[in-house]
Amino acid sequence: MFKAQNYAKVTSLTEALELNKKRTNKVLGGGCWMKMGKKNINTLIDLSGLGLDKITETDDEIIIGSLVTLRDIETSPVIEKNFGNFFKDAFTHIVGVQFRNCATIGGSVFSRFGFSDIVTSLIVLDTKIELAGGETVSMEEYSERDYDNDIVVNIHIKKGGRKAAYESFRNTQTDIPVLNCSLAYDGKKLYAAVGARPMRGKVSTMDCPDVENSEEVFKFFEKIQAETEFGTNTRASKEYRKHLSLVLLKRVYKKLVCKEGDAK
Amino acid sequence: MIITVKINGKTYKDEVAPDTVLLDYLRSHGCYSVKRGCETSNCGLCTVHMDSKPVLSCSVLAVRADGQEITTLEGLQKEAEEFGAFLADEGGEQCGFCSPGFIMNVLAMVKELKNPTDEEIKKYLEGNLCRCTGYQSQMRAVKKYLDFKQKEEQK
Repeated sequence: MFKAQNYAKVTSLTEALELNKKRTNKVLGGGCWMKMGKKNINTLIDLSGLGLDKITETDDEIIIGSLVTLRDIETSPVIEKNFGNFFKDAFTHIVGVQFRNCATIGGSVFSRFGFSDIVTSLIVLDTKIELAGGETVSMEEYSERDYDNDIVVNIHIKKGGRKAAYESFRNTQTDIPVLNCSLAYDGKKLYAAVGARPMRGKVSTMDCPDVENSEEVFKFFEKIQAETEFGTNTRASKEYRKHLSLVLLKRVYKKLVCKEGDAK
Repeated sequence: MIITVKINGKTYKDEVAPDTVLLDYLRSHGCYSVKRGCETSNCGLCTVHMDSKPVLSCSVLAVRADGQEITTLEGLQKEAEEFGAFLADEGGEQCGFCSPGFIMNVLAMVKELKNPTDEEIKKYLEGNLCRCTGYQSQMRAVKKYLDFKQKEEQK
């Protein structure tokens, strides 16, 4: 468990940014990961007074506040209407309902864990991360960045563009994934991501006028398998992950192409 | 930081440290059903309801409970006893250490899901670990309890 001296429930993002300039101060998400560390924190910065716990739908995008919990996203009718079961498939294996009622999307996005189902799912959609410093960057770009003292405010996902499906593989239910993968299609291009390698998900794209041409698509998957870097940890070896990547990509493709209504 | 929290229907106003977790705060108010099992946000033993949603009290900071309503097993004696009887009948209660957290999550599930399938029950309860049983007895208890509640509603 971490130690914290002070607590600041901020009333503006400017206040939060100012406090977060100090290295020993930390922004609080859901706290599920932070509690596992032993950091000595000076001031805990709490954004929960800023109304960032809402999911809103505009004409062309879904805006998810950084304090929306993983469970909120999983059970949201707005999310389901726009993305079908995509987020349910991605989040449902993360620990348990109680954990997902605590863990926040902002905390997961900021942390960009190497095992993240959140990064691997958001990255194949047209997702932008709105930061308190004023910048808005794509999930893809944000995923590559080093940790800094900017703050995740909202997650913007473009509506209607991409249909997507998700698969993950775990040694036991509720554990961290051995490997995860997502696939999206917008009618012209395929976007594939393989994550938990155990490194953050990365997107590979392919021009694909005919998504049902599985021969071409499988060639693309084989290329991803050959070119992607995999690693070894306690859960699996890199050779195993490499083998598994092609299996999962084919499974997720089957889900995307064959099962209408699974992801819109 | 001073927080105002409603615990099992009674309002408390207390000074808490920023790094106090809800679990320790609740135990300091006599809610000893709330237990620490794993310390890694994994086992579900510390489950309480925060504004009707099941959460891990080992991971929620007490400061985040400010202005919220918390329910622990102590506040749901009637329901806990009712479901507990099904659990005991099916042999789902062995060492009993995981029972409070498990019961709290079952009661949250009953409120949230309507006529859940076996798969949906398993998905909802999989964040509650039990090291004595193989979960079969709990599954039987949950299904019989759901049947019982449904028949009760139809009356």
